[in-house]
Amino acid sequence: MNIFNAFIVGFKEIWAHKFRSLLTMLGIILGVSSLIGMSALVKGMENGMREALIAVGGVERVRLDDKDIPQYQQHLADQAVGCTMNDVYALEKSAPLIKMVTPEMRLRDAVATYGAKTYEIWNFVGTWPNALEMNQHVVQYGRMFNEIDDQNARNVCVIGVNVRDHLFGSDEDLGYEYNPVGRTINIRGMPFTIIGMFERYESERSKKERELAKLQPPDPSRTNGPARSRGWGGRAANGGFVYGMKNSTVYIPLNTMWVKFRASAGSNNIPDPRLTTLSVKVADVNHFDEAIQQAQNVLMRTHNGIEDFTFQTQEDWADTINKAIHNYRVSGGIIAAIGLLVGGIGIMNIMLASITERIREIGIRKAIGGSFLDIFIQILVESVVIAIIGGVVGLVTSVGLVNLFSYVSPDDNTPVITANACILAFIFSVCVGILAGLIPAFKAAKLDPIQALRYE
Amino acid sequence: MSLIELRNVSKVYHLGGEEIRALDDVSLDINAGEFISIIGPSGSGKSTLMHIVGCLDSPTSGSIKLDGTEIQNASARELARIRNQKIGFVFQFFNLLPKLSVLQNVELPMVYSGLPAAKRREQAMEALKMVGLENRSKHRPMQISGGQQQRVAIARALVNNPKIVFADEPTGNLDSHMGELILQLFHKLSTQGHTIALVTHDPEIAAVTPRKIEIRDGKIAQQVDPKLAGVTEKFSLEKVQAR
Repeated sequence: MNIFNAFIVGFKEIWAHKFRSLLTMLGIILGVSSLIGMSALVKGMENGMREALIAVGGVERVRLDDKDIPQYQQHLADQAVGCTMNDVYALEKSAPLIKMVTPEMRLRDAVATYGAKTYEIWNFVGTWPNALEMNQHVVQYGRMFNEIDDQNARNVCVIGVNVRDHLFGSDEDLGYEYNPVGRTINIRGMPFTIIGMFERYESERSKKERELAKLQPPDPSRTNGPARSRGWGGRAANGGFVYGMKNSTVYIPLNTMWVKFRASAGSNNIPDPRLTTLSVKVADVNHFDEAIQQAQNVLMRTHNGIEDFTFQTQEDWADTINKAIHNYRVSGGIIAAIGLLVGGIGIMNIMLASITERIREIGIRKAIGGSFLDIFIQILVESVVIAIIGGVVGLVTSVGLVNLFSYVSPDDNTPVITANACILAFIFSVCVGILAGLIPAFKAAKLDPIQALRYE
Repeated sequence: MSLIELRNVSKVYHLGGEEIRALDDVSLDINAGEFISIIGPSGSGKSTLMHIVGCLDSPTSGSIKLDGTEIQNASARELARIRNQKIGFVFQFFNLLPKLSVLQNVELPMVYSGLPAAKRREQAMEALKMVGLENRSKHRPMQISGGQQQRVAIARALVNNPKIVFADEPTGNLDSHMGELILQLFHKLSTQGHTIALVTHDPEIAAVTPRKIEIRDGKIAQQVDPKLAGVTEKFSLEKVQAR
């Protein structure tokens, strides 16, 4: 009996017990689709994390953050100055391995108003013009402020696209693209003239979705009235957390920030010269560690030897991403594989029941010339056919499952089905089918024909 | 040279330390074209003899020659091939596969011998014609009568053109009229040159065959004279031949 015949017999046998076979397959179907779904989710996470990593600047960017003073220096706490412009100038002068230094003074609780509309800015930052390059911003309309704006502490700002959307209306609200350059908005009660706007930062997926939405006729219910808040978890407007933060940016010159907000801050009018963050760009990624060490040495001088700062490198982040992805993949894979194994046990169970039911048939087949191998192959193929059908159906259902996942997962983590995952899941399901069929096939094939024929 | 040669064949079972000699030093020749019956009460060892000659079982000792080849030491795989090519079985309970049609049942031995589908179909139809059931080929076994089922089983036994056909109580599950028809069919087949061995406990059925081998306690007792066994004329050879 050749394999082709065995497959036909296998299909017939499965067709003869449709419901039983379907239940048996269900284990494999769920196992395969959960394996693929899991891998799609992890792949989506990976893509989202990598895109976000690129959006905040490449690996050569290092951020200087405040850190708690170490235990052995606690007694010097009142001499710790924090990050100031002294650090910036020192790094510029004394650290040749550092290519660029960008100071940032950030102000929280910054609300922008225009007419009756208000918007709470996430990232209200006074900085240098080189922040444009440091933070990978792209100006769409107008210009970035320059050194003269900074020296004169002019009340100018460059805004992110979310600020424009909320104060002037988004493309979807207005039906056209609004250019806010030249308008004056109030931030914390201070008038600022908009001289530029950044382009919209978004993940590949939301970009595609937005472009598709443009082709649709405008929704009449949205053409009028104010834009409503969608809550913090809204998936429509921002398109991902990192992108949302980046789009919700307002840059003003550092000196403007200092003069207008920081020079007399708080209720007791004490100036606050500390920088919120200080970003540096390493000249050569191949000398990354040396550059960090150099910056560290310089900063130890300006900080009076008190280690109240730390370097946040994107490399750490990239490593963290890789590690996290690996962990997700392994743990999710193990769980899904257990699911598949359970499906395989289901197959074995039903095959054992099936051969017990068919002892007489096996006896007849042996009496008329079926050899050990013939019977073995027949039973094995039957189990493999169940696994193959289950695997194929599982591949199909996994598409639905992944679509379902994409509704509940964050926008920039869109699950992605990879061909590798499909092939792996399918091969795995076939292997499970073979393994599950081995014992029943062996049991059936070694039946004594005389005993089997007598079996009632 | 005879078709089957048994020389000093014994089959011994061990049941709970007790030795049971199901076949005890049996020697027997069957020639090609013979129509014989193997007769004996239940437990006499006639089934064991059929299983051993039919390659379903191996003897404990002794030698068997089937169509010129020694089979007592053959592997399970060789035995399966011999069963497929040289031996046909007809059983008391018909033993057709209920899920397959009549035609597919008859095709089954050829599936294992690896014939192409078109040839299988042709030969199966021929065999069905031989037993007069060619118009039932699409039916399921459950949709035809017991006698017809047994004829399908005979067609299946004959389809690979075996050297010998064993029929194990072929009429045991049929009423006497159907049984008579089946015996007629066997007789007709034997006149066409097929070697047929009927295995039965019933001397009346054994009476239709020219040669009878009686087994008692694992030994060949004698060739039974039907008249001595007190057989009525119901299944006599002459009566069957007269039809």
